[in-house]
Amino acid sequence: MADASATVTGTGGVAPRRRRGGSGSLARVARFTVVRLLALFLTVVVGVYLTILIANMGGYVDELRRSTIRENVSLVVGMDPELRRLPPAERIEHMESLIAIQEERLGLNRPFLLRSFAYLGGALTLDLGRSEFLTSDSGSREVRLIILERLGPTLLLFATGQLLLFFLALLGGLVLSRRYGGWMDRLVIALAPTSAAPSWFYGIFLILIFSAVLGVMPFGGMVSSPPPPDPIDYALSLLKHLVLPVTAIVISAVFLSIYSYRTFFLIFASEDYVEMAKAKGLSSQAIERRYVLRPTLPNIVTQFAFLIITLWSGAIITETVFNWPGLGRTLYGAITVTDVPIIVATTVIYAYLLAVTVFLLDFVYAIVDPRVKLDVGGAM
Amino acid sequence: MTALRRLLGTLVQFPSAIAGLGIVVAMVLFAIYAVVSIPYPEAVRLWRGGEDVWSDNPRTVPPAWFNWWPGTNLPTTIRIDSAVEPGLKTRESLDGDLDEVVIDFTIDYGFDGFPQELTLFFTATFAESRPNVTMTWTTPDGREIRLGNLTLRPSEAFRASQETRLERRLNGLPPEIGLFADPDDPSRPLKGTYGLRVEGLLFEEAADLDARVVVYGQVHGWAGTDHRRRDLGVALMWGAPIALAFGLLAAVGTIVTTMFIAAMGVWFGGWIDATIQRITEVNIILPFLPILIMVGTFYSRSIWVLLVVVVLLGIFSAGIKTYRAIFLQIKQAPYIEAARAYGAGNMRIIVRYMIPRIIPVLVPAFVSAVPTYVFLEASLAVLGLGDPVLPTWGKVINDAQANGALFRGHYFWVLQPAALLLVTGFGFALVGFALDRVFNPRLRDV
Repeated sequence: MADASATVTGTGGVAPRRRRGGSGSLARVARFTVVRLLALFLTVVVGVYLTILIANMGGYVDELRRSTIRENVSLVVGMDPELRRLPPAERIEHMESLIAIQEERLGLNRPFLLRSFAYLGGALTLDLGRSEFLTSDSGSREVRLIILERLGPTLLLFATGQLLLFFLALLGGLVLSRRYGGWMDRLVIALAPTSAAPSWFYGIFLILIFSAVLGVMPFGGMVSSPPPPDPIDYALSLLKHLVLPVTAIVISAVFLSIYSYRTFFLIFASEDYVEMAKAKGLSSQAIERRYVLRPTLPNIVTQFAFLIITLWSGAIITETVFNWPGLGRTLYGAITVTDVPIIVATTVIYAYLLAVTVFLLDFVYAIVDPRVKLDVGGAM
Repeated sequence: MTALRRLLGTLVQFPSAIAGLGIVVAMVLFAIYAVVSIPYPEAVRLWRGGEDVWSDNPRTVPPAWFNWWPGTNLPTTIRIDSAVEPGLKTRESLDGDLDEVVIDFTIDYGFDGFPQELTLFFTATFAESRPNVTMTWTTPDGREIRLGNLTLRPSEAFRASQETRLERRLNGLPPEIGLFADPDDPSRPLKGTYGLRVEGLLFEEAADLDARVVVYGQVHGWAGTDHRRRDLGVALMWGAPIALAFGLLAAVGTIVTTMFIAAMGVWFGGWIDATIQRITEVNIILPFLPILIMVGTFYSRSIWVLLVVVVLLGIFSAGIKTYRAIFLQIKQAPYIEAARAYGAGNMRIIVRYMIPRIIPVLVPAFVSAVPTYVFLEASLAVLGLGDPVLPTWGKVINDAQANGALFRGHYFWVLQPAALLLVTGFGFALVGFALDRVFNPRLRDV
């Protein structure tokens, strides 16, 4: 994991080139953005299509939907007093025709290849029809509404955790690289292996200590129940519920991040140009900012990108453990009742979220990588 | 061999590596011990067997070593079976076909707490007329309490704790407390020897009956029990080989294939390389855990199927980019050109000349990947997608979560598997870190 030479997905593929200053610069940023977005969108399309293929491998989902239709139709026919009077053969025939209509409505009678493309279009716009069991808080069964409703809490939790983690790790890395070899340094190195465990794991311990034993923190949820009517109270309650899950996310990755950032800083601080800057008599702050932090940033962004990608998975279970009403818990709920549209939709939206993450970090990478700028100054 | 010895020599310089190696070796030994002492079918039977296997265990109690705390003396389970222990049962012929069987149990009770439950299990053999039993309880101070009487079926259980009439007779105290309570201070049990007399009337010559009394304790085994009375020890022990097997196989599978594919891509270049790059880009965006969850929900929850999926999804991982960068440098090395000049084939160059050069990067990555997969298996189990047959640490945590263990204060239920997971993960991570510093000279000095 701790490797400096890795780059975020294919920065080599679409070489971003920008001219310093001049009117061309904005256009180039725009072109880079468009090309990157297109490439990522294509990737997402392929990814989502693969997801659909996996979800429907062996026609399992179709089988499930067919049996649901059959069950519903036979229930309706069985409940109808008029139909009950029909002779059995006729009743079965009527039932079969109803089933055929339903299957045609859902497109189950078309070949899978065609259907999969229709499903792909639906999945990309999150238009996956209606869920089988779960409902949104407002009572809707529209998959899109359920997913969008749960997106907010997930983003809130995840963004808070990630930003806190990033700046804590950056700051910690800087502080440690200054006092390298000290007791704090050694403590962090010793604690770095704790990042082997995912965030939900620390979540369990945090709940155990702060909720079960000390009783100072809530066991889970996003706001207290019933939700406070006053907006300020609501925000405070939200903040209180946010503390433990965010702490769990931060603990699960912070020591390893500090350790690897610190190592980057130390490696870059031993370069000749840093010695040169020292010889020139620059202040240590200026050296740190201009000669250590700046060239390390691309590496740090890369590291952070990989970290976020792995943390997205962990967040699913962290939400479940903390009963956080986000996408992860929705997915968990959908698994327990086998709600197929929801499971597929959550997978798709996670693919989107990952793509957005990769895009943003690619963008940041292109901005902070000094080599990208040097490249532009010359040949073009 | 010398290279290995040199590596070990360097590793020994890191105290954390020694600790990590110690943990890993201990874990492996523990896993081997688990597999040898409880064979696989036996483990599955103990974990999935049903009420017959667990009926004599108390429900959701902490491990027996809780009694090691000074001042703690919680009851352990007392189990006496007249079919196993001789001398408890006496049989006397009354007249005609009528026989009387008397079973006298003596229960030495010296604990500070009350038992969790009290149950009598009967097994009776008869052709037509069902035997009849009367049960009487004697306390150390000589009081006699009638428990009740029963007409037996071939297999019958008398759960004293659920007898409301008995509860009324004991002034409203739950029977497991009322039967053991000190009459002067009902909040404490009376220590001493209790007697339980079962008098049975048999109406046939060939009929017989046996009884087993179980005084359920408040602690059990070395690991406690769960909500189904299952001994957690089985799951904690068998969790070790499963976690190690899953972690090691997944790590080997993903890392070796990833490395091989990266080497192929770099060596052949062109469209092969481009395809590998594009597949990797798509694969990075595929949400790993949700897809695993889909597979687990729709197809199979078998841990080995999931392992295959993990490896398949892990092949085209971000690691390919890392290895590719290194292979690109290696490809330019003069000795590769030399190999080509003497006519070495593509595969020979990849396997004999390129891959060995990357081993130093690979070994730490491999060791560090093991805990990731160990926790992945636990994560899946916590989501309820654990293997339906095998007992694993993650499934224990999942059961505990589902039954509100933390909320109800059953901390042992969560903490024991969590501690084992943590120790295993930490051990591998420690070794991985040390290896990283040994193999990556840039890190060694800092």
